Amino acid sequence: MLVNLSGLKSVGLEHFLIIGAILFSLGIYAVVTRKNAIMVLMGIELILNSANINFIAFSKYSTADLSGHLAAIFVIILAAAEAAIAIAIVLNIYKNFLTINIDEIDNLKR
Amino acid sequence: MEERFIIELTQSLKNFLPEVSLTVTLSLVILLDLIFGRRFKNIGAFVSLAGLVVTLFFTIKQYGGSYQIFRGMFVVDPYSTFFKFVFLLSAFVIVIFSLQSYELRETSARRRIGEYYFFILSLTLGAFLMAGSVNLIMMYLSLELVSISSYILAGYIKESERSSEASMKYVIYGALSSGLMIYGISLVYGLTGELNIYAINASFLSSGYSPIVLMISLVLILAGFGYKISAVPFHYWTPDVYEGAPITVTAFLSVSSKAAGFAMLVRFLKASFIDRTITLGIEGAWAVIQGLPLTEIVAVLSALTMTVGNIIAIWQNNLKRMLAYSSIAHAGYILMGVVVMQNLGISAMLIYFLAYLFMNLGAFYCVMLVAEKTGSEDIEVYKGLGYRAPFLSIVFTIFLVSLTGIPPTFGFIGKLYLFSALINAKVIWLAVVGVLNSVVSLYYYIRVVRNMFLGDPESGKEPINFSPAHIVVMLILVIPTLLFGVYFTPIVNFAQISVAMFGLR
Repeated sequence: MLVNLSGLKSVGLEHFLIIGAILFSLGIYAVVTRKNAIMVLMGIELILNSANINFIAFSKYSTADLSGHLAAIFVIILAAAEAAIAIAIVLNIYKNFLTINIDEIDNLKR
Repeated sequence: MEERFIIELTQSLKNFLPEVSLTVTLSLVILLDLIFGRRFKNIGAFVSLAGLVVTLFFTIKQYGGSYQIFRGMFVVDPYSTFFKFVFLLSAFVIVIFSLQSYELRETSARRRIGEYYFFILSLTLGAFLMAGSVNLIMMYLSLELVSISSYILAGYIKESERSSEASMKYVIYGALSSGLMIYGISLVYGLTGELNIYAINASFLSSGYSPIVLMISLVLILAGFGYKISAVPFHYWTPDVYEGAPITVTAFLSVSSKAAGFAMLVRFLKASFIDRTITLGIEGAWAVIQGLPLTEIVAVLSALTMTVGNIIAIWQNNLKRMLAYSSIAHAGYILMGVVVMQNLGISAMLIYFLAYLFMNLGAFYCVMLVAEKTGSEDIEVYKGLGYRAPFLSIVFTIFLVSLTGIPPTFGFIGKLYLFSALINAKVIWLAVVGVLNSVVSLYYYIRVVRNMFLGDPESGKEPINFSPAHIVVMLILVIPTLLFGVYFTPIVNFAQISVAMFGLR
């Protein structure tokens, strides 16, 4: 079966940047509104991935070298490391507080 | 081609010896702790101390040179070497604190103490890399190395609710601001097509830029830096983390992590946003590229940071929390040196960091000792402490006086140079704000001193005794605080030659 891909030719840098910006905004929205710590961490992953989309789009469309791709790979590795640490910390929070609602974990004095 | 690459690599590794020796040390710490950890509890600490001494040796040998290594990823220059001394000194002192810390001795952390030193060293390694990196991705990765180590350290006492809450708040705020930062970096990359900060600068100057996009990305990147140095709109994590984390970790974060953030911030601002084609006529002054109100942004950040830090500190009754707000205020003072946009301001900043190292670590050490003996960090337990523990009270008073910036202490010299740099650059309004803030800070520092000496000692409280080891550590920290307050010329000279950054006037 043949698929008509000619429409893809008009996809440019702007489209990727807009997707990146939308992902970034959704990430911020999740961090600000969610009460569950895991959901907040997922929002942060969205922000990191929006930066990755930007890096790769810029690398493809506006510069000749591969440094943007490399940057994206490093950010992916780092996101994995950060997620591992953060989830370990959230697990420890659950052991101590029996909840992961970040509004309820507020024993330190304001 | 391949041969040249190998020659370059060996050349780079030769200039990378301090970092290599730190890496070897941290591997040894974890390995030796695994093998001998059961029999010798403190083996991690002693291996760390030895490794730090070796690293210090390599760092001293490196001082003075100025070159870039690993194909422009990393530079070695007097500026980064100066900061490496600060990181090494604070790591050394913190390992000694940790050996004496009751929190680490009497909780479940004592079973994982080897890993604790591992993370202290990896934080130091990250700070080393932060001081020298000149590539945005390298900067981001080293910042994350520091951050991830400090998330774990903040929550090191697993069963403590306070400690785990601190680490969770830290990881959420930290991950968010580093996410904002990497998004900003991606925009700068799109704007210039480069990741090396010198190449970014060249691209700004040769092919122009869109001021609005640059402004947005700069603000996003500043979010990452602001979180690391706890500048005001990004400071929310600081009091909770500093209060909840083990006190040795709090002291370490307040010095090393903050100094690393400043080292990287100043290099980033100076290398990327300087316009080399303009000469200002003043020796060591840098002009900011057109259309970017960088001076104003940093000045407002600085004024906000010190005012908010000092004013909230007045209401605090927990000493650890009070010192957290005071460290926010000190970040504001140090930012005054950046506002100047001259080498004079940077050298004042370096002097202040040395002063801050001794007095802040000293203040945290005194709080740690009192908390160990009385079981509390509340200001109430300091009532009458001057009669129960005269030596500690006098030493603590010296640290607090130095933090306020009253002569004849090192803190005064630091503040003096900061203010004179500001007045030299004619930013009078900020100098006035700074002086007013120092007055406010006097109130809450002296409140502790008043409680110690003028508060009534409650009856039935016997004197508190300290072991000789405690007294030696206090002396090691208090002697420089007083000595450099009087005999400061060598420090000032050292700081003035250390402002030289690779490739920049």
